[in-house]
This record gives sequence, C-alpha cells and structure tokens, in this order.
Amino acid sequence: MSRDLDIKVHHLTRVEGHGNIVVNMKDGVLEKAHLSIVEPPRFFEAMMKGRSFHEAAIITSRICGICSLGHQLTSLVATEDALGLEISEQTVLLRKLLVHGATLQSNILHAYFLAAPDFLNVGSVFPLIATHKDVVLRALRMKRLANDIADIVSGRAVHPITPVPGGFSRIPEKAELLEIKRRLLEEALPDGLETIETMKSLAGAIPQFERETEYISLKHPDEYALYEGDIFSSDSGATSVHNYLDVTNEFIVNHSTSKHAKYNRDSYFVGALARWNNNHAQLGEEALAAAEAMGLKPNCYNPYMNTIAQVVEAVHCILDSVRIIDRLMEIGLKNEKPNQNPTRYGRGIGSNEVPRGILFHDYTYDNKGNIIKANCIIPTGQNLANIDADMMKLVPEIINKTKEEITLNLEMLVRAYDPCISCSVHMLEVDFIE
Amino acid sequence: MKPQVAFFDFTSCEGCQLNKLNFENDLLDILKHVDIVEFREAMDDKADHYDIAFIEGSITSPSCVERIHDIRRRSDILVALGSCAVNGGVNAMKNLHPIDEVRETVYGDDKYLFATLPAMAVSSVVKVDYEVRGCPMTQQDFLKLLLALVMGKQPPKYGSPVCVECKLKENECLYNRGMVCLGPITRGGCDAVCPSFGQFCTGCRGILDNPNIDGMLEVMTSHGISLDEAKKRMQLYNSNEVQL
Repeated sequence: MSRDLDIKVHHLTRVEGHGNIVVNMKDGVLEKAHLSIVEPPRFFEAMMKGRSFHEAAIITSRICGICSLGHQLTSLVATEDALGLEISEQTVLLRKLLVHGATLQSNILHAYFLAAPDFLNVGSVFPLIATHKDVVLRALRMKRLANDIADIVSGRAVHPITPVPGGFSRIPEKAELLEIKRRLLEEALPDGLETIETMKSLAGAIPQFERETEYISLKHPDEYALYEGDIFSSDSGATSVHNYLDVTNEFIVNHSTSKHAKYNRDSYFVGALARWNNNHAQLGEEALAAAEAMGLKPNCYNPYMNTIAQVVEAVHCILDSVRIIDRLMEIGLKNEKPNQNPTRYGRGIGSNEVPRGILFHDYTYDNKGNIIKANCIIPTGQNLANIDADMMKLVPEIINKTKEEITLNLEMLVRAYDPCISCSVHMLEVDFIE
Repeated sequence: MKPQVAFFDFTSCEGCQLNKLNFENDLLDILKHVDIVEFREAMDDKADHYDIAFIEGSITSPSCVERIHDIRRRSDILVALGSCAVNGGVNAMKNLHPIDEVRETVYGDDKYLFATLPAMAVSSVVKVDYEVRGCPMTQQDFLKLLLALVMGKQPPKYGSPVCVECKLKENECLYNRGMVCLGPITRGGCDAVCPSFGQFCTGCRGILDNPNIDGMLEVMTSHGISLDEAKKRMQLYNSNEVQL
C-alpha cells in the first residue's frame, strides 16, 4: 500500500540516556527507520590516558550508573590480565555474587518499571502504585534485596567501592551473607515465582514479531556464563575474548553518536535473549520452568521477549546466589588482602556479561602501571545496528496500524533491548543528519 | 498543593538518578509529599513549570547550555545533584588536556566536526540554589535536602573533612595501611563511606574551602607516590577546582 509516514520520538523516555526514534516512509517506500543516538560524548578514552591502575575501575564505572558494577568488574579483569594479577577463588565467588545481584536488580528494574507500563497502557510505574500496589511493592522488595547484596559485598550499588584490582578492599561478614541467603530463599524466591505469574498475565500484550539474527554472548563449559567464558556466536561458534575486535568490528553511522557493530552478518543481538538462545541448557530446572510458563522457547527470535528472558535470568540469579553463598561458607571466608603486585605490564582484555549483554574493556599499561591506551565496547552500541534492522522489518509489517500504534510498537521495541545510551556514547560523537 | 518536582540529566552516568529509583523503602512516602512532573528515565510526562528542578550532569556542549538556561527560566529552585553537576566531576579530567588533543584521541581526522566545550559545573552557566555533592550523591543526603526544601528550611551544609567522619567511625587510617587517601582535604558528609570499606577517598565531594594543598601533596608524596601522581589523584574529581 502507498502511505506517507513521519515519526519522530524526541528523547525516548524510560530508557537510560538520550535517543530519538526516526521513521520516514514516502509513497509506501520505507526510507528510514532507526534509533538516533544524541547523547553528548564524554571522552573517557582521553580521560583514561596516564591514569594509574588503581584508578582505572573507579573512572570507568562512571561511564554509567546503571551498569557501574559491570564496568567496574570488566575493568578489573582487563587490568588483572594486563598486569598478571592472580585472584583467589573467594574473589571470583564474591564477584559472581555481585554479578547476580546487579543482574537481578537491573532485570527487575527494567521488567517492572521501564517495560511493564507499556503492557498496562500507562506512561510510567507511578500510576501503578494506585492500581497494582502489591505488584509495585514486590518489585521494590526484589530490587531492595538485589541492592542489599551490592551494599554488603561491594559497599554500595551505584559505583561500588570494595572491588579493587586483585581482590576486595573489604570482605563481607559471614553473618551478613547468611542473612542474604535467608532473604533470597524466604523473600526473593516467592517474589520471583509471583513475578512469573504477573508476566504471564501481561504476555498477551507482547507484540508478535520475529527476525532471526546472530546472537552473541559469553559461553562457559560449566555454567550459564555471566562472569567468564569465551565469546560465542550462534553463527560461527566460540572464540577467545582476546579476539574481541574480530567480533565487534565497530563502524560509524551518521545518525548515532555511538558506534555500531557487526560480525558475521550486518548486525547481531546481545543481552538476555542472546544468552538464553546460546546458553539456556545450562539453566537450572526452576529457571527453565519459568521460561516455559512465560512462553519463552529456545530459540526465540522475537526481540520483545528479551524482557521475558530477563525475568528467567532473575530466577536463575536468585538460586545461583544461594549456591555461591553455600560454596563461600564451605571454603570459609578469609580476610585476604587484594593482590596488587604486578608481574608484567602490557595489554589486557576483560569481558563480562552485564545485564544488557557482552561488555569488553581493553587497556594497555606502561611499566609504571599507568594507562597508555583504553577501549571499551558496550552492549548497547553492539545492539544498535540490530535495533535498526528490526525497525526496518517491523514497520512494513504493522503499516496498517495507526501512527500512534506504530510509534508505541517502536518505542516498546527499543525499550525491550533495555538500551543504555550513556554507556554506548562514552567516547564518540558523529554528526547527526535528519 | 504539593511541590512540582522535576529531574533532568546532562552529561553524566545517570547514577544519581538511579539512586532515586533505588529508594525502595521510601519511594511511596516521598510521593506523598511531592509531585514528580518530569523524570525522563522513569516516566513519559512533561511539564512547563517546576517548583524544584534537580539537575544531574555537567554542561559540555552548546546544546547543554541552551537547555539549562531554558530549565532555569522555568524553575523556582534549581539544585545541582552529584559531582558532575556540582563541579564537573570526572568529566572535567578532559579539561586537563589540550582540547585539540582530546578531540583527536576520540575523533581522529574528524576532530573539528563537533561542537564541544570544556566540562563545566552547572553553576558556571546558571544560578544554582543548592547542591548535593558526591559521586554518586547519597540517598540520605538527597532526602535531607528534599525534606528541608519541602518544609521551607535551610538544608545542611558540610564544612569539615572526610577525615573527621572517618575518625568518628574509629577506622584505622588508610595511610597506616600503605594507601594514599584524600580524606584530609575532601568535604565530608559521606560518613567516610569509602575508607570505611577499605578504599581510599577519591575526593568526590569536592575540596574544602580552605585546603592546605601543599601540605596534602607533601603527605601524599611522603607515602610513596610521585608528585605527578599525587596531583593526578587530587584532580580525579576536582580538575576544575584544583589548579596545579
């Protein structure tokens, strides 16, 4: 059909950072459908030059408040790789517990506060306080526990304090961890199961749309990979994180202050849905049951289902946190000092799965332990080309809807990716051409 | 009528905003006393006038300058939230390098294409009535200020260094543990949270009004770091305040 359509959503709400949706159709021909990124650049790459390895993670965690723990841990892994700093099993376990806390908090925040208002046809979570108070209180309770994990293990949830190169500057008390375990089992687990019921009831509002693409995440032989592993592509299999530049292939587009990325195809997907598609077999039976209840199947090609995959991961994080605390008790908490004596100086790569997908930090140090060169590649930046490709397929499929409905569908699509725009525009700006 | 409150983000990590979404225990109580009329990170609505506008982030581009003027004109009270807004924060580290070099590091050959300013505090551009310091600002600090404003009172001010709060908590001095800490010259009010968790103070709440910079540098260099490193450490959050 021939139709003119002109959609501009300026500063999309309920996402982290500043982005605009732009769609142009003339005489039924779709000329443009993309997410413009208009966040001002911050020049982290320039700021990092000459900074000590003690400061690197402090600075890079300030790329993003929402993802501060992810940046901090990935930064530490990169620094430890570059300086040859060995870390203990206790450090790895405490970091994995932090990753679970951060993933739980971020996924719950997104599902309840940022995505769910669309399913219930309201503009924010605030009206839901009157209409769905128990649901809002449940979301707040789960977020509180997730943030308490961060507070106890890392000092605070936004810009953590204790994770430092080589370990932790303070080890939590045994009693604090046992109290977290009790609350995970007695509060978070029942709340997580209720969340599945809530999401089931909203599942009818999730748009039916599919576009098969390349899915990229970490993969680990022994666990559902979040803290460590190899890079895994659904198209071409595994490769070491040291080869990340071969995977990300960043390129510049003129509608985004953040670079785009592509690997085997023109775009790829990172985040909860990519992790689910690549690693679902490594989830426990409770998480798999949650996925089945909410209609999430392997492999899923509907990007709107990313939110559902996040809820499945929330269940996994709750239960795996209990397992980690049990293991910490088994090996006995030690008041160990961080290992900050470099055995070499050079280049190091860190990669973790953060809530929004796979993250890379790459630092090169001089022989005094100061940074010569830094590079950070962010999940949202990696997803941008894929979001644009989804829009180009989606708009013609829903072209018979009203402009308002099309706009809402596009906004929901972008929100489903849970984009973090501050992160993605940490260093680069290009011209924005309408 | 409840005060109409709005939140705006400029160049920052949005962590201070997130800290407000993290008010899990108090959020519903806060909403009994204020109407949030604009908060892009959490809601769709927009408004024309604000009783209190909270500003997060630094001013780093001509479009930021225009936008902050517009918000100021429509606000009765304007509050800077967090170190990026209060003094430029980590963003201001780029001001230490020649702007040409900064642009070239990031843009390469395209370095002249983009309008970029040095990272500035909000108060460098418009009048700021109150500030909440820290990176990130703490929830307690924010609540104290909000409560004072809602009740028409003066918010608390902090004049003593982090060291005082650290001593009151009976922490072992980090200098005794071989670390280099900015507690002696950094504005307090954080309850010495970093030293209490075994990490050095980074100076995120800003330098005191009458700091002994030379004395601080002497202490730092006598604990094993070079003068150059000591200065860099001091400028981590205070590049706009500490000229060395």
